[in-house]
Order: sequence, then C-alpha cells, then structure tokens
Amino acid sequence: MHAPEPRTLPDLVEEAQRQLAICNACRYCEGYCAVFPALQRRLSFTEGDVHYLANLCHNCGSCLYACQYAPPHEFALNFPRLMAQARVGTWRRYAWPGFLARAFDAGGLAASLATAAGLVFFLLFAAWLAGPERLLAAHSDAQGSFYAVVPHGAMVAVFGAVSLFVILAFAIGFARFWKDTGEEESPFSAPGPAAVAIHDAAVLRYLDGGGDGCTYPDDEPSFARRSFHHFTLYGFLLCFAATSTATVYHYAFGWKAPYAFWSLPVVLGTLGGIGLLVGTAGLAWLKRRRDPELADPAQRGMESGFLALLFLASLTGLALLALRETRAMGILLVAHLGVVLALFATMPYGKFAHALYRLAALVRFHIERRRPPAAAAPE
Amino acid sequence: MADSSRAWDVLVIGGGNAALCAAITAREAGASVLMLEAATVPMRGGNSRHTRNMRTMHEGPLPPLTDAYPEEEYWQDLLKVTGGLTDERLARLAIRSTEKHVPWMLAHGVRFQPPLGGTLHLSRTNAFFLGGGKALVNAYYRSAAALGVEIAYETQVVDLVLRDGRIESVTVECKGERREIRAKAVVVASGGFESNLEWLREAWGPPADNFIVRGTPYNMGVVLKLLLAQGARQVSDATQGHCVAIDARSPRYDGGIVTRVDAVSLGIVVNREGRRFYDEGEDFWPKRYAIWGRLVAGQPDQIGFSIIDSKSMGKFMPPVFPPEKANTLRELAGKLGLDPAALEKTVAEFNASVRPGTFDHTVQDDCRTEGLAPPKTHWARAIDTPPFYAYALRPGITFTYLGVAVDERSRMQLADGRPAANAWAAGEIMAGNILGKGYLAGIGMAIGTTFGRIAGEEAARHARA
Repeated sequence: MHAPEPRTLPDLVEEAQRQLAICNACRYCEGYCAVFPALQRRLSFTEGDVHYLANLCHNCGSCLYACQYAPPHEFALNFPRLMAQARVGTWRRYAWPGFLARAFDAGGLAASLATAAGLVFFLLFAAWLAGPERLLAAHSDAQGSFYAVVPHGAMVAVFGAVSLFVILAFAIGFARFWKDTGEEESPFSAPGPAAVAIHDAAVLRYLDGGGDGCTYPDDEPSFARRSFHHFTLYGFLLCFAATSTATVYHYAFGWKAPYAFWSLPVVLGTLGGIGLLVGTAGLAWLKRRRDPELADPAQRGMESGFLALLFLASLTGLALLALRETRAMGILLVAHLGVVLALFATMPYGKFAHALYRLAALVRFHIERRRPPAAAAPE
Repeated sequence: MADSSRAWDVLVIGGGNAALCAAITAREAGASVLMLEAATVPMRGGNSRHTRNMRTMHEGPLPPLTDAYPEEEYWQDLLKVTGGLTDERLARLAIRSTEKHVPWMLAHGVRFQPPLGGTLHLSRTNAFFLGGGKALVNAYYRSAAALGVEIAYETQVVDLVLRDGRIESVTVECKGERREIRAKAVVVASGGFESNLEWLREAWGPPADNFIVRGTPYNMGVVLKLLLAQGARQVSDATQGHCVAIDARSPRYDGGIVTRVDAVSLGIVVNREGRRFYDEGEDFWPKRYAIWGRLVAGQPDQIGFSIIDSKSMGKFMPPVFPPEKANTLRELAGKLGLDPAALEKTVAEFNASVRPGTFDHTVQDDCRTEGLAPPKTHWARAIDTPPFYAYALRPGITFTYLGVAVDERSRMQLADGRPAANAWAAGEIMAGNILGKGYLAGIGMAIGTTFGRIAGEEAARHARA
C-alpha cells in the first residue's frame, strides 16, 4: 500500500519534511512533548531541523495513537517510528571515529563482541599479571584481594584510558550535533536552559504523555516505561557513585577494596545493581510487548545489546559481592571487569548515545524557547 | 460479529463521540449495550476523530478555559451563526450541559490542554482535547470496553423496521454476513450523509461533484434515510451543513483539519473568471471560515483562488500543501489556469481602491477598500510585493444537518407528532435541530456529548423499566 520505507538519512529527512508539514498544519499533539512546540516554531524544515527533532523525540508513542493521519489513512503518518529511524542515522553521522559508526548497525553483535573482547582481555591480563593459580586463590587475601587478581594500577590505567576515549568521543559527538542542527547560540551561553534540560532528563518529563503516562508498550497510557527507566538510570548513577566513593577511599584514606558489606561503596553499588537488574529487565519486558508499529525493527539488536550489557554488569557485580570470599571471586572479578569494559567502550556507538543527544536536544529546546518564534501564526 | 442470539437492552448505532457517550452512560446505568461501528478499529470514531475541542459554557475559570463564557453569550453566538434557525430549548440545554461534561469527560479518560498554537482566540470558549479527537475517541473506547460495552466493528446497518413509532428490528452486515439484532431500546448516533456522494448530488446537483468530504468516509446516511422514509420527523434540509473552503488538492475523504487554508482574510479570493466575489475581510477568519465553503460552492466550477503577496507569507497557520508561487501576477495566473489579463485587472482595481491604514491582523483594523464592489472591509493591503502566492479552494463538507427531530429527552420524534416509543437520537443525525445553518466551532462536540449522555440514560431507563 505504501512506498517502501526510506532507509538512508537523506531519504528519512525527506520523508520527515513531508510528515512535519502535516504535523505543523494539524498541531493536535502539541501537549504531548517538546517536539511539537519545537516544530511549530518553524514554517519549513531543514535537514538540521529534522536531525534536532529526531533527537528531541522520546519515542513515547502518544502521537501515533492520537494521529488522525496514521495508517491506513493515505497520509500514512508514523511520526515516532520515523523519528527513531532518523535518530540512529544522526548518531552514525556524529560518531567519532567515523569507522566505529558501523557498530550502530551491528547492534547485538557489537555488544557481544565487545563483551567477549573485554572478558578475554581481563582473563589474559589477570593470567599474565597474577598467574592462573592466583585467580582461584586470591580470595583468601584479607584486604586487597581484588588487586591480587588485577593490580589496582592496571585497572586504573585500562579504565582511565577507555573513559578518556569515551569522553572525547562524546565531546566530539556533541559538538557535531550542535553544529549540524544549526543552533548559533552556544550551549554554555546561559546556565538556565542547561539546568532545565538536565531537570527534564532527570525526571523524564517527556515520558509522561502529557500527564497520564505515555502510550507504551500499547495504547493504554502508562508510567511503566518511565518507572523502569528511572530504575535503570538511577541504578547506573548509584553504581557510578559507588565507584567514585571507592576511589576516594582508596586515594584519600588508603582503604583498599573489597569493602565491608555495610560500607558506603558497597551499599551504593548494591542498591544501584538491584536498580539496574529491575530496570533493564523491565525495559526488556516492555520492549517485547511494544506495538511493532512504534519501533524501528532494525534497532532491536542495538537496544537489547545495551540492556543486556547493563544487566550483566550488574549481575556480575552482585555475584562478585556475594561470592567474594569463595574460590569463584577471581573469575567473577574478571567477568565483571570485562563486561564493564565492554559497556564503557560501546557507549558512544550504541543505545547509550540517546542520553547524550537527547540531553543536547533538550538544551537546544530550552535555548530556542526563550526566543520569539521565527514564524508566528497570527490569531 | 455482533451477538444476535440475545436481546440487548440498548443498541447504539454509531461509533463516534455521541454513540460512545450514549453507550457508556447506558452501561453505567446497568443496561447491556451493543455498539455498532461501521469502521475498522484504526478508522473508528466517525467525524469525532477529526475534532479538537468542545465549545464549553463556564461562569468562571474552568481549566483549561480562561475567564468566563456565560450561557447568554454562547446562545447569542449561536443565534448569530444560525440566523435564528435553531431550537432555543434544545440549544440552551446543550449549552448549559457543557459545563457538567468536563468532569464527566475527565472521569472517562479524556484529557484537556491549553489552546493549540494559533488558536489563542478560542482559549475562553473552547476546551481542547489533549491529542485531539482521536485521543478522545480512544479514551472512550477504552472506558466502554472496561465497562463491558460490546463493540462490533466493521458492522453496518443495512435495514431497519420502524413501525408504530417503534424500531422493531435492525439488520446488520459484517464481512458479507447478515444478522438481525434485537434490542429493547435503540440509540441512533450514526452521523449524517456527507460521505454519500450520490445523495450529495441529489441535493446539490452537479456542483456536488466538486465537493471534498473533509471527514469520515463512513457516513453514508443509511440509517438516516431508513428512518426518514419510515416516519421519523425531518429537521433541516439536505443542502445544509458545515462546509468550509479547503485546499483543492485535499484527499477526497478524511483530510480533516490540515486541509484548511487560513490565508483568505490576508489577500483576495477570485473565482475561475479572475473576479472577486465576497468581502474577504468581513470579520476574523475563525468567525468567517464556515461561510466560505458555500461561497465557493456558488462559483463557477466550485473553485476559488486565495491570492496573497509576500507581505502575508508566514502570517497564517501553515497549510499542508505548498502554495503556487510566481514573480508576476501574469505568471501566477498561468499556473492557476486563469486569464492573466482578468487577474491583473482585478488586482489593479483592488490595489487602487485600498485606503491607507495601519495593518493589524489581531484587530479589525482600518485597512479597507473604497469604491470597490464587493468591498474588503478590513486587512486590505495592496497585492504588490512579489513573489505572489495562491491556494486553490474547494468546498469541503465537514458534516450535514439533515436529520431527525428530537425532544429534550433526546427521544426521536415522528412525522405525525408523536414521540418514538423506543428510539433516541444523538450527535450529527440530530444536530440539525440546533444548527439550521452555519457553524460555531466546537458546538458539534457539545451537541453530541449532551444528547449522547441523555439518550444513553433514557434508553437504559426504558430498557430496564
């Protein structure tokens, strides 16, 4: 019935320009999220506008169910799916170094390969530095048993290097997004818009479907996705806080891991780990029940790969905590470090990218909102 | 397939706002309810899927509505657009009920929002639905299903027997299979006949071939025709309806809101001969858009051309299709298939008659023509700054007013003066009781919700007595 779905970013932009003209003449969805007020500021849509709007869209689905022009209407609007397709196209475009953009298409394969590489790396690393026999015996060391498997300095060197690389990749991606979408004002010109954008991201303001929750995984408004996303995001941040606290313990006080069960790093990490397990399992469960109309089937691998890495990072971390005084400790430590390394290394080339570009789009939205619209529709 | 093995308390014919309000209300009153929707699930909801607000009376601020919109003002607005062709008792009943609808709608999943961009002029009078009419329809369908209303999709009424004021039987067809449905009470909320091109042609003659149906393709008027033929009392006539001027390139059916062209009051409108035919600046466009469908329908070939220059570009809601654009009027005329000399002459005469004034599209300004027939009384500015733009216009039928008479209990009336024994009517099929002609934005939802709820309550009471 319809023309074949466009796949390349320029084709998607052209199709988006057609759909955006219909949305701009209709405007019924303006109460759902930031995308519609943003598009209504414009009379026509440049390539950069489409790239910006695609990253502002949270794929909540409310506008699809409310759309009087959704298929089988001849206008055949499916705005959330189109935005999802264009969005990953923009991530490929902003990725640095460019050749790694291919990972977006490899999806689950990329995550699996990265995990395997991380595991093998740490296994060999541990075997080489500590010797295979220490792997099964190091648990008996009272303090510093982890570092008997992989020395602290080596851990810092590996994760420090990967983190710097990821930060650089994100900084370049962000700069490319900002330039590409045509915003002339600097994102750092005023603290207000950035603060509001961070707030919007922290509370997932635009995953509320205008008040009752978004229509995900089906047409019934629900806060399920927002709740599971909160578990995931805050679980992740708690784990990050656990690592940061442990770093302070190590350098400021000279206390070496592993820490006692009721110590701050372990409590934070345990809570965060549980949050990640609940959140990622919930999101994966919702994803399975998601209306296929909403989704870009080509991205399923990328999304599931990212969720699986988060889940495994948490699972191996909690297992390490539970079994750190047994012979399994050495192997579990290697597994945990390997998964976490894979998670970090794939961040700029998988689903995690949404966090960066969504936040960037929200900053732009709030900067733009302070200006009068270029094209005001009269009353 | 609709269950024909049991006798239903209440049968609701239709699947739009009025039908849903009736079905939900009847079910909540304890009746067993079967609802017949001719459309598929994605296309359900009749014209309600295209609506966006309900004109709502309120004595004080009633979120999301600002200020107040008292009954008397609402009534006067209605009186003005209908030219008195209305039933004051029914109209005031609908107007008064709207204030009570808001909490009822909220309780059944409908959500409201501040007026949409470009519609601030309606912030006091019209309560906008979050996500528009299809979101409202979806919420009502979820409510109805949760209450246990039986919903039969893709099920059309093909026959009914109205004898002695009683609907004795209703025959439906679903995917080629026919069944007879038995019910103690029947609510007809099946809309008008605007999707029936043959019937439109009967009413309007050959001009109907150039009409575009802005709403649902499912309103064939089958139930309306059966009822009128078997003794229901008729209101309004087949040429009356809500008919606006829309983009000539709109789809034949279902184009909805995006097909509107809001440039009319900013420029001039000419017909196929290149001549103007009505005061484009008579009043604010939202107050006048409803007359332009009939104005264009009255022109040769039922076509008009809204012409503006670059001064006006970007000053109105963006239409869905791009305009024709040219650097000279002669070139523009060529693109539109108009006589270039005629268009140039019309514009030259118009420009020469424009008096100096201060242009302000937000008030009825003092920019007007002098010595021109017909005049342009506001927002008249010379069309002299290329590029020039044009949108071709056609009459766009939104809904029809020919219907069945009802009383204040929503009960269908018979031609012989008696009320029907077991039939109630709600929505577009009885809107002609209140709208003899003209249209007031958002009143269709007010009528549908009011009489849908009354019909549901009365039908349930009758069935369970």
